[in-house]
Amino acid sequence: MSITPPEQKVWFNEPVEKTEVVWVLIALTWALIMFAMMPLWHLKGTQNMSNEAYRIQPDVYQARVDAFVEKYKVGEEGHAKTPVVRPPAGSDVYMLARLWEWYPVLELEKGKSYRLHLSSIDWQHGFSVQPANINLQVHPGIDEVVTITPTDSGDFGIICNEYCGIGHHTMLGKIRVVAGK
Amino acid sequence: MVAKPVFRTCGFTGLKIHDEAEKLIKINAVTAIVVLALGGLFGLLVALTRWPTVHLLPADLFYLALTAHGIDILIVWCIFFEVALMYFASAILLQSRLATPKMGWVAYALMVLGAAITNWKVLEGNSSVMMTSYVPMQADPLFYVGLILFAVGALIACFIFLGTLVVAKAEKTYEGSIPLVTFGALTACIIAIYTISSGAIILIPTFLWSVGLISHIDPLMYKVVWWGMGHSSQQINVAAHIAVWYAIAAILFGAKPLSEKVSRCAYLTYIFFLQIASAHHLLVEPGLSSAYKIFNTSYGMYLAVLGSMIHGLTVPGCIEAAQRRRGFNNGMFEWLRKAPWGNPVFSGMFLSLILFGFLGGISGVTMGVEQINIMIHNTIYVPGHFHATVAAGTTLAFMAITYFLVPVLFGRELVMPGLAKLQPYLFGLGMGVFSLFMMGAGTLGVSRRHWDMAFSDAPHAFAHAPAAFLMMGIVGVSAVVAVVGGALFVLIIVGSVLFGKPAVPPAPAAAPSPVASYGNADHVAVPGTFALALLFLTMFVLYYFVNWKYLASTWIMS
Ligand SMILES: [Cu+2]
Repeated sequence: MSITPPEQKVWFNEPVEKTEVVWVLIALTWALIMFAMMPLWHLKGTQNMSNEAYRIQPDVYQARVDAFVEKYKVGEEGHAKTPVVRPPAGSDVYMLARLWEWYPVLELEKGKSYRLHLSSIDWQHGFSVQPANINLQVHPGIDEVVTITPTDSGDFGIICNEYCGIGHHTMLGKIRVVAGK
Repeated sequence: MVAKPVFRTCGFTGLKIHDEAEKLIKINAVTAIVVLALGGLFGLLVALTRWPTVHLLPADLFYLALTAHGIDILIVWCIFFEVALMYFASAILLQSRLATPKMGWVAYALMVLGAAITNWKVLEGNSSVMMTSYVPMQADPLFYVGLILFAVGALIACFIFLGTLVVAKAEKTYEGSIPLVTFGALTACIIAIYTISSGAIILIPTFLWSVGLISHIDPLMYKVVWWGMGHSSQQINVAAHIAVWYAIAAILFGAKPLSEKVSRCAYLTYIFFLQIASAHHLLVEPGLSSAYKIFNTSYGMYLAVLGSMIHGLTVPGCIEAAQRRRGFNNGMFEWLRKAPWGNPVFSGMFLSLILFGFLGGISGVTMGVEQINIMIHNTIYVPGHFHATVAAGTTLAFMAITYFLVPVLFGRELVMPGLAKLQPYLFGLGMGVFSLFMMGAGTLGVSRRHWDMAFSDAPHAFAHAPAAFLMMGIVGVSAVVAVVGGALFVLIIVGSVLFGKPAVPPAPAAAPSPVASYGNADHVAVPGTFALALLFLTMFVLYYFVNWKYLASTWIMS
């Protein structure tokens, strides 16, 4: 029994029943299929995590975001008067996380690609675009660059889904995707 | 001068039981159950807050309760119980004395002290940093001290377990290899030692940082090392509760493993591969390459998944083989239908196996895929997954074996046997529904660790789909059902230990005699189990590819 020593002193020599052999082979095959899927998706799929990231000082990142907002600001929104920024398609766009806001509001064009920069100037935050359902981790000190192409238009909420203190649940930002011309 | 060890012979199992080992098993198990009650209470508060129409606690208390719940259940409850299991699997199953029982008490004291300090700091309100305690968010220095003390205590317990194996071997209390259950406990112990080392590597510098002796801890480095502990600590649970499954199969059915070789090799895959698979918590982290993420999750995780899939066949398989030997041979499933479903030892164990496999296993592997993780990371899907593994899997298995241990170690009959019958179903099915709907809500984008899914005070407006609110309501209701089941467990066990009638061992040994020499190797086929395994595989494959399809519909990103 499982609670008594095995009958054969060298348990490795025990016979193995056929059902088990079959199941081990099936399970191994399935494991290999799953093993292949991730590299395969990098080749064939269009949703992959970016490997582009740079070390950056929070104040340097802040300065870049400020310059970006200055350049492309088209209005303000929400009771915190968050600037709304409309960058040209294909450009570098910035999103900054801090206690407890996402800054600024981005206005993007459907079907166009953008190099989205993500970083935090204080703690870790979670960048969760809903209901598109994209969830990325945002770190202080790391400038993460993801090339994104919104595939549907509308207003998307950016929820912070990494706990960052008492005001965490109010940390809600916005990306507006407008239909192209 | 070491006192001569005192033994008694157990009337139920015929095992020789070392007095000191027994005392340590009892105290660790009882403490575990007290912590389970406490952690469960915090869990109830958390669930009642996330239930949108109840929304019980204010934000600060919610995050406090969530931190306490995570630490008390995921760390303290599980590890206290695992220490008891390790002592049981070494001293009792090998019929040996426990090595250095005095150190066992030191270990126990350190663990109690550590858990108490951490809880105190959390309840004080300035250490709501969640169980993961990611830097640069900072907790009170004593918060880390408590965790370190607890870990040191657990580490000592691991070495007592290893020492007991050495003692038993040297004093020849058994012949040949250690039993499979002890082998499982050894797996848990090795993983625990690795885990605690990772914990020390990260928590000691973090403590020094919290008192100002180190100026900076890199958040990414913290996470990489932290998950070396965080991930494998859950693997201790898996190794331990699978050992419990095998133990219960042997105790209730006299089942032998189908083959020792396959089951033990499956455990070996955990030791070799699972600990390095911790990168699947870091799949959407910036600064780590895809090559690292894929390499680490693929070769490490899938080989370990293979191990779990093997146990998923061999555990019910050995029960089926034993039942068929007894004559429950009609059709595919008579062996299962005629199983003792009214015995909480069995029902708890079997529900644990099913829920762990179908809910916890499938969801865990799926969200451990680099790209699919983009849709799931930090949503409430994640706690959905680990409640299926830790609560419905590990906790339920530990509950089941407790029902067996109360008469054996405490010599008491269960009080309220009728409710004891019901308890695994309440807890297991409550937790199952709870996990399932959390995963559903997570797929709709609801965040974990979040106080207000309605975002009432936010600068912008965003509304989750109405279905998400409905699902979180179902999560709340099923949490209450599970908590009732959990509370019932605590009540029955504490009641039995304090007020149970003295248990009278049946005249001959109660443990059924072995029914097959090499499990079914001498040709008792297990078609029912194989059918269940194929059903499992089918669901796994379907669910896996549905998620890829779902991923393909989200924004294009690279
Ligand atoms: Cu946050």
